[in-house]
Amino acid sequence: MQMLNVALPKGRLGEKVYAMFKKAGFPCPSIEEPSRKLIFENVACGVRYFWVKPSDVAIYVERGAADIGVAGKDILLEYEPEVYELLDLDLGKCRMAVAAKAGFRDDTRRKLRVATKFTNIASQYYLSQGRDIDIIHLNGSIEIAPILGLSDVIVDIVETGTTLKENDLQVYDTIVPISARLIANRSGYKFKGDQIDRIVESIQQQLQAEK
Amino acid sequence: MMTPSPSQWVADTLGGLYSRYGYTQYKMSKFEEYDLYARNKDFLISEQVITFTDVSGKLMALKPDVTLSIVKNCKAAPTVQKLYYNENVYRVTKGAMGFREIRQMGLECLGPIDGYCISEVLLLAAKSLTAISRDAVLDISHLGLLEELLESLRFPAEHRPALLKAIGEKSPHELTAVCGAAGMSAEDTALLQKLIATAGAPDKVLPRLEDLLRGKVRPERLDRFREVIGSLLQSSIAPAIRLDFSVVDDIHYYNGFVFKGFVSGLPGSVLSGGQYDKLVKKLGRTDRAIGFAVYLDMLEHLQTAAQENDVDTLLIYEEDTPLATVRAAAKKLAADGSRVMVQRAVPEDLRCGKIIHIREVADHADA
Repeated sequence: MQMLNVALPKGRLGEKVYAMFKKAGFPCPSIEEPSRKLIFENVACGVRYFWVKPSDVAIYVERGAADIGVAGKDILLEYEPEVYELLDLDLGKCRMAVAAKAGFRDDTRRKLRVATKFTNIASQYYLSQGRDIDIIHLNGSIEIAPILGLSDVIVDIVETGTTLKENDLQVYDTIVPISARLIANRSGYKFKGDQIDRIVESIQQQLQAEK
Repeated sequence: MMTPSPSQWVADTLGGLYSRYGYTQYKMSKFEEYDLYARNKDFLISEQVITFTDVSGKLMALKPDVTLSIVKNCKAAPTVQKLYYNENVYRVTKGAMGFREIRQMGLECLGPIDGYCISEVLLLAAKSLTAISRDAVLDISHLGLLEELLESLRFPAEHRPALLKAIGEKSPHELTAVCGAAGMSAEDTALLQKLIATAGAPDKVLPRLEDLLRGKVRPERLDRFREVIGSLLQSSIAPAIRLDFSVVDDIHYYNGFVFKGFVSGLPGSVLSGGQYDKLVKKLGRTDRAIGFAVYLDMLEHLQTAAQENDVDTLLIYEEDTPLATVRAAAKKLAADGSRVMVQRAVPEDLRCGKIIHIREVADHADA
């Protein structure tokens, strides 16, 4: 049997996803033991799991180091990897939104300054609106950009909205809803399709049972 | 060290294959007028092109693509022109920080393309893949059938790019969302869901596909599709052939058959092609065209048995071994096509299949 390589996002989401894979008939006892290891194998089941940074999962899958993996829709929209997006796992739900200081009004006479980690998503969104923007790429603490006058708005992931509220910001537009997706390498799917389809089918059943 | 790189080896093998089917090599200049690419940007894999001003003042480009040049420069003829190329192209690849020189090989047929011609190109695409690896898959789809289906479902044109993206990603949830936004009925959405889930060996998939498309596309079109696919199943490459309607390409350029090739161990498609009558028409010609490209640069990462070792056999001789004996032993070891290196001692860092001392060859010969 060929080993199926699975890239799991480190953290709570990855642990939930592993539980689904386990239920689907792909357990790996060693991953459940406390350890600092990153790669775990169950040769009998033909599966190898590895923990990677959530934003890197799509890279591992697109480049074939992993056959399948779980990545947020935000990452898939931002980097547009050439992968199959087989299933919406309905986990890690949030939204990509435009937020600004309370009382913000878009002054269409000048370029809109947009601070974001997601430059591709923001550019595509404003292109579709025909709005000219000045994009400011930031790696973190995006919320402080409008407060300090660095930008007019931010484009960022909003889960509960608590961080925004605490920084006196509010959501003005929702760009797209986000959730975790099961993705597959396009070539790997040709050669390990049966194993992958078995997992997809089982997880689909699990998701439906939960509804 | 001494082994040709996988891409070089594949290029030599494919050149031989295409020649045996009567395709002639098309050599071309590295440069082309930039205007050709400016007018057909969507056809290019990457829009960025290296440009320079020629002595005459014309804006020129280093070729980012070969097909456009062949269509532009090949004069129309009453019979099918069968060409293959092995050229360098210059473009920005995804994730790369700058331009790369990429070796690309492929073939093109221009002229009155018929079913036989399409079948031959698909056969050569599959043979190209199986020459690279025994674990190969050629996924075949048909944009004409897909477009006709969408027409019969009255799928709104403005939502088609999003639909094709969802189909290409085999994404049932995105497809449902797009169909919802396009106002499609649950029945039609279910039909499209079935279409993206219908993939696999032609003998299993064709009947299901025919059930799905019956009454939605012209029967003669379905018959031609079946005939071409059927012709491939008679040949040795049949196990590599799969039908998969998730193969979609730019519908502004491609029509009819489109296909992508995969080999085990390489992450993306190594071969891509299709019928591009619409591109030919855009360039002012009235004939038809089909072709494919093999991305040789991707093969650099292909792990082959030959790549694991620098040579198959290392032959060690003594200071006093007669020259003729060494020569005869080396010739004998290389008789089966093995790569043989002759040395007095084992070179540092050499990876070889086996080490043989001259005495062993001589003893064997004596016995």
